[in-house]
Parts: sequence; structure tokens; C-alpha cells
Amino acid sequence: MIGSKLKETFDGVVSLLIGLKITFKNFLKPNLTVHYPRKTVKPEELTGYRGHIELVPKPENPFVPRCIGCGLCRDICPSGCIEVRSKRIAEEKEIHTPHFGLQDTPLDLTRKVAPPQKTKIEIVSFELNYNYCSLCGLCVQNCPAGSLRFSKDIYLASFSSRDFEFDLLKRLEKQAQARLKEEEEWTK
Amino acid sequence: MIDLSTIPSPLVQIVIGLIGVLAFVGLNGLVCVYLERKVAGHIQRRPGPFEVGPHGILQPLADAVKLVAKQMITPKGADPILYWAAPLISFAPAIACFLPLPFGPKLQNVSINVGLILILAFSSLNVLALCLAGWSSQNKWSLLGAARDIAQSVAYEIPLLLSLLPIILLTGSLNLAEITQTQGPWPWQWLVVKQPLAFIIFFVCVFAETNRAPFDLPEAESELTAGFHTEYSGMGFGLFFLAEYSYMVVGCALASILFLGGYQGPVASGWWWFLLKVYALLLVMMWVRWTYPRVRFDQLLNLAWKWFIPLSLLNILITALVVKL
Amino acid sequence: MFDLELGLDLSGDFYTRHFQPTPSEDTLILNMGPQHPSTHGVLRVILEIDGEYILRAEPVLGYIHRMQEKMGEVKRYEQYLPNMGRVDYLHALAWNWAYVGAVERLMGLEVPKRAEYIRVITCELNRINSHLLWWGAYLLDLGAFTPIMYAFQDREIVMDILQRVSGSRLTYCYYRFGGVSQDIDDIFIEKTKEFCAYLKPRLKMYKDLVTDNIILRKRVEDIGIIEEETLRKYGATGPVLRGSGIKYDVRRKEPYSVYSELDFEIPTASSKDALGRYLVRMQEIEESLKIIEQALEKIPPGPHISPQAPRRPKPPRGEVYFAVEGARGEIGVNLVSDGSAYPYRVKLRSPSFSNLSMFPEIAKGTLLADAVSILGSLDLVIPEIDR
Ligand code: SF4
Ligand code: SF4
Repeated sequence: MIGSKLKETFDGVVSLLIGLKITFKNFLKPNLTVHYPRKTVKPEELTGYRGHIELVPKPENPFVPRCIGCGLCRDICPSGCIEVRSKRIAEEKEIHTPHFGLQDTPLDLTRKVAPPQKTKIEIVSFELNYNYCSLCGLCVQNCPAGSLRFSKDIYLASFSSRDFEFDLLKRLEKQAQARLKEEEEWTK
Repeated sequence: MIDLSTIPSPLVQIVIGLIGVLAFVGLNGLVCVYLERKVAGHIQRRPGPFEVGPHGILQPLADAVKLVAKQMITPKGADPILYWAAPLISFAPAIACFLPLPFGPKLQNVSINVGLILILAFSSLNVLALCLAGWSSQNKWSLLGAARDIAQSVAYEIPLLLSLLPIILLTGSLNLAEITQTQGPWPWQWLVVKQPLAFIIFFVCVFAETNRAPFDLPEAESELTAGFHTEYSGMGFGLFFLAEYSYMVVGCALASILFLGGYQGPVASGWWWFLLKVYALLLVMMWVRWTYPRVRFDQLLNLAWKWFIPLSLLNILITALVVKL
Repeated sequence: MFDLELGLDLSGDFYTRHFQPTPSEDTLILNMGPQHPSTHGVLRVILEIDGEYILRAEPVLGYIHRMQEKMGEVKRYEQYLPNMGRVDYLHALAWNWAYVGAVERLMGLEVPKRAEYIRVITCELNRINSHLLWWGAYLLDLGAFTPIMYAFQDREIVMDILQRVSGSRLTYCYYRFGGVSQDIDDIFIEKTKEFCAYLKPRLKMYKDLVTDNIILRKRVEDIGIIEEETLRKYGATGPVLRGSGIKYDVRRKEPYSVYSELDFEIPTASSKDALGRYLVRMQEIEESLKIIEQALEKIPPGPHISPQAPRRPKPPRGEVYFAVEGARGEIGVNLVSDGSAYPYRVKLRSPSFSNLSMFPEIAKGTLLADAVSILGSLDLVIPEIDR
């Protein structure tokens, strides 16, 4: 009886010492913290990260998105945070894209090209209210033109919710300009 | 360092000493907060405070400024006098505790015969402060914290005192400077070699008396939100905090004077040895805090009544026999 | 406040007024929560205590009610997917799975083998993550501050792995009807294998640091004993049930997906106390590692999403129930369809709700500190309770 009690106490004290040993070992090990903003996460660790969505440009013209203005992304978005306006060039009449009647078409993720268009369509505006986005990826996955992708902006921060209402067309323009500049410098 | 004993008038001596102690307590608070957070950080593999000053060295200062600048709120229904007296009652005796401590061979404020008793008496005033704080702040969590604190302090006061008796028996003195001098500069001459059990019991009791984890029941934040100081803001909270660290230093200082040879060291005895030992013990206290879970209230009391008190009594008995025979 | 005209005591809110103290003079009514460090979120428990002993406890719910079920009725099937990651943010993939599983069952949709294996791997990784967080948070409740940081180190690795395929770190929306949204790549497999190898010595370290620690043992042993009868009465599931020695696990009792092809144990503990639940969860982490390793070996090539997967599902009329084993117990989704693109009714069965319902019974007569320990050992996720 007393023997077992003493043994228990002894084991208890040993367990306490083991605990101290473990924390001491960890004390000596280097820190793991990433000191933001002096250090940031490596870009390769951001593979697959879903930032807010952005437009993908056409391969021949970096200023024009691949978007065909079908409105599917707006339609499917659970949070209703996408607003697309487009107009047909031939008719010069602005149209608010009708809600695309989604059929039970099988989902083919390999097909990422726009179906042939008879009239040319110009995207007038493409706005994203990132405040409501739940980053579900439904829009990216379902865009028939493959015109959406996730950005890698992880360090987004602001004091105002207005700063998260993005005009994606402008963003695309900026990106295209940056790319052109880069190319110019490269050719120099 | 000045030689305090050369100052003629005892009054001037005490005043200078007091100022010195106050400066030490304030500075020590800052150092301890910084140390604590750094230790916690590194144990958890993070840097701890890092942004204010190089390696965050100015962080405690920034915290202190924040605490001072904060509004002091008295909760509705609280007793304003008792409520604001409590942090002062907690803090003031802590200062007094520093007076009889021999920091160095010549560095002692008041050299009195009963230094040990004085410290023990003043430090137990803290219970009263915490009790008042819990009682007067009109908060149920505070009340529970205060109740826990009283039970805990009373229970641990006994083994604390009992574990010191063998030292007194061995050295035959209550004067801290004399006790220091009976020990030699080398580790094997220290009293901890003769009294390991007393040292362990004393050190554990210091944990409990200063409400440090794993015995931080009066302020157990996952149970009682913040215990007795739930309602305190600004410097009210700051004083409790400072008092807690001061008592920790007093406890560690006592431990190093009584058991570890005080200011004496193998080479070049002096106040640096004393501070080194005190801070080493403080680091151990922090290390323990960031390792263990909290014990439960009844287990804490069981530990005191069923283990520490009988053990320390036994220790006294053995010591007395050895000394007399 | 006392309303003289009505003769009613109007102090406090509805719950406080309906929680009448016993006539005895020396009890105290205490509100634990909605803001309290150990209720992990906005759970509120009204306690009547005598000294530190709890005479009565009553949980009050609804502080984070978000109408998840109603949202299901006003959104199309595919639009409800992101909601699933938010019901229980700690084991989001299990909820993902329960919902897509229910829709698939309703439509009779076949899921490719590869997708099933991907689901198993990611769901188990997520379970490990959930258990690790519980472990850290539970120890935080018990007053140990360091373990949660260690747990977060490991969680970080899992989150990186899952982010690679699902894009998010916590509220995943990864599963789709008929598969998953993105295929896993070689780096994912490699990193997962690395993680499995890494976690095993870590678990040993956790055992030494925490599980064997005498202070922790004393805090969980013989605390919060739940009898079989209580468990049955309240419909408790998951580690809480298995901690009382009942070998019930949806993965084995109603095997879904490819779990029947995998070899793993259902850990149980016979002690029925908080320690039992603790040990069950720690062993479950090991079992999950075993499952992941097997699944990585067995994963076949093929499509990660069924070619028949509809973009906008319109399931036929009918009702279906699909249950999966979440980190906290049986997660069930009951769907009623009227043939349109919107579900007629979505009912979510959350395990935390049933597990919490037992709390008044277990907490009776315990110390306040033990109540914290018991509440922690039930592993509650408050948003899941309120939905
Ligand atoms: S779904 Fe694609 S193509 Fe259609 S509007 Fe959206 S971005 Fe443009
Ligand atoms: S990711 Fe989801 S919520 Fe965000 S814009 Fe796309 S569809 Fe809407």
C-alpha cells in the first residue's frame, strides 16, 4: 500500500522532470516564427492558395480578358459578389447579361475555351465585392471561357471595406502594363 | 555600488535605501516581464516581444506606459475605498520586504536581528490585499478568486515557515546577513546540501504563495477569468502585477540567501552573485510556469496538508536531533 | 429590478429569470460565458454553485446562430457548398463530405475511386488537425499554455498541405458533387508522407510532456464519468462515446466511401472519464495516420471528379440521410428534395449539440475546475451547436 503510493509519487515527480526537460529542449531550438513584414512566405508555398479572383487575359492581347460575358460566374456565386456588364459591339447596345439558364450540362474541366461568338462582345465592367466572397471556387471552376483564376494576394489589409471592392478590369490593365514594362526592360 | 554602512544617520540610510529599493522593484518588474515573455516565447518556439526596440527590449516600458495611461474604472457597486486600497496594500509591503535583504557584503538596508521574521510577516500581508480586492470589486469571479487565495495562502504559510526552521536551527540566527556568512562561497558549503528537502519545500511554497503556475488558482484565467483582479484596470492591475513580481523576487532572494549562500560565490563574492542566483531561480519559476498544467484546488490543499507539512515536520525533527547529538 | 405592478422579478435576461435558485441562502448563480476563456466561443453556461461545487448547470445556446439550415433552403445545391466549411470550422471537410455525400446519394451519382481516396486522405488530415487543436485548447483550459503552441506548429504543416489542394487553410470548400475540385499532385503526396513521419515522434513527445504528466492525470482521471445510459439518452457520438467504451464509429458501422477497404482500429477506453476521452482522441490521431499512409499506397489513377457530375444538380424528389464520422462524432445531413434546384429542407445533425446536452448531468456535483475540464473533454465547437 505505502509502497505503491511511494512509487506513484516517484513516477509523478519523474514525469514532472521529463516535462521540464522537454520544454528546455524546445527552448534551445530555433524559432519558427515568420517575421512578417520583414519576411514573407515563400511563393512556392502559396501553390493552390485561393486569393480573390482575377481575370485571365487573352493570349494575344493582355489588356482584354478572356471573358465572354456569359454571366455564369455571377449566377453561380453563392455570395452574389460578382457583377459583370458587357455589350455587343455590333449592336452598340449595352446589355445586362441575362441570368444564364444553366442546363444539366456535364462539367468538363478540360474545356477552357470560349465557344465561338457571332457578335463581338466587350466587357464593360467586371466588379468583385471581395467582402462577401467565400472563396469557394465555384466561379473559377465553372467559367466556360476559363477567364477567372485566383490571385495570390495574401497580404491584403485595409481599414475600409471599400478597398475590397475591386474593379477587375482595371486590375487586368495594370497587370498588363506591368507585364509590358517588364518585357520592355527585358528586351533592353 | 555604495557602501551603505558608511552613511552615518540611520534615517538617511533608510531613505536612500528605500529609493534604491523602489528603483530596483520598478526596474525588476520591467526585466521580469520581459524575461517572462521571452522565456515563454522561446519555449513555444516563437520570438516573444520583438517589435519595440531591438529584440523587443523596450516592450515592457511600452506596456507600463499603456497601463499608466489607461483609465481606472471602479465597477458599479464596488466599495471605492477598499477597492483602490487593495493594490496599494498588496504593493507596499513588498517594498518593506526588500529592506532587510543583504544584497552584498556591505549592501544591506537595515541590518536587524529578525530580518527573516520581518520578511515573512510583511509578505503575508499580501493575502489581506487580495482578499480585499476580491471582496470589494463586486464580482463573483473575483470573490471566488479571493476565497481560493485565502485558503491557499494560509495552507502554504505553514510548510513555508516549517521548512525554514531547520535553517534557523542550523545557523542559530534570524539575521539574514549572518545566515549568509555561515555558508561558504563554494556550492558544497551552501545549506542546500545539508537541507535539500527544506529547499524543495520552500521553493514549492514560494510558487504557491506568489500565485505562480501551476499554483495560480486565485487568478486561474481559464476557470475564474482573472480571479481577484478581474475588475482592475490601468495601474490597479499594474500594481498587482508589480507586487506579484516583487514577491517572486523576495521569495527567490530568500531562497538564495538561506540555501544558496547569498552573495557569496566561488570567485569575487558580491552583489552580482546574489542577483545571478535570484534571477536563475526566477527563470526556473518561469520555466515551470510554461511547462505544467494547473493543479486543482483540493489537490493543492492536499499537497500542503498531506505532504509538505508532515515532511517538513519530519525534517525539523531530524535536524534537531542531528544538531543536538 | 423588481416590477411592483406585475410582481415579477425582471432582473437579468430570460434565462436568468427562468433559472431560479434553490431557496437555500448559500448558493450563488454564476454566468460562465458567453465571454469566458474556457467556453471557447460564445457558449454560456448558467451555474448554481455552493462554494465551488456545482449544484446545477444549464447551457444557453444561440449566441452564434447563423441560420445555416435556412440558408440551405434558399440557395441552390451547389451554392450551399461553401456554407459547409463554416458549420464546424475545425473539421470542415467532414461537413463538406456529409453534404456532397447526401446529394450524391440522392442523385445516385457514382464517385470515382481516386476521388474517394483523396477524400479519405484530406478528411483524415483534417481530423488530425481538429484533434490537435482540441488537445492544445484543452490543455489551455487546464492551465498549460505551451502545448497549444506545439499543436499549432503541427497544424501549420497540415494546413499548408491542405491549402495546396483546396486553396484554403481553415474553412475548406473542396469537395464537389461527384468528386473533389482539384486533383492531388506528387508534392502533396510527398509532403503528406513527410508529415506522417514527422508526427509520430511528436506524438511521443506529447505523451511525455502532457499525457504522462502527473498534474494532468490528476485533473482528468475519474473526472466527468459518463455512463452508457446517459450517452444513449442524449445520442452522444464520437470520441465522447468511445471514451466510455462503446465501439461505435460511422466509418465502421455504416461504412461509406472506401473505409471498408482500409485497415484501422476504433480506439476505445473503458474508464468513461475525461482521461478516456483524451486517450481515445490521441489514439485516433495515430489511427488517422495509419489510414492516410494506407490510402496513399492504394490510391488509384483516374479522374478526380466524375464525368457525369452535374454543374447544377437537380436531384429527383426524395429524402436522404448521409452520415460521416467527424472529429466530434456523427455528422449527418438530411436532405429533402422536391425535384427543383433548391433543396426543400436541409437538416444538419451536429455531434457537439448532443454532446453538450449531457453537460448538466455530468457537471452536477463537481468542482468548478472540473466542470471546465469536463466541458473541454467534450470537445465542443460552438458554431456547430448553434448552426
Ligand atoms: S463565367 Fe467566365 S466568361 Fe462568364 S461572365 Fe464570368 S468570367 Fe466571364
Ligand atoms: S469564389 Fe465563390 S464566393 Fe468568391 S466570387 Fe467566386 S463564386 Fe463567389
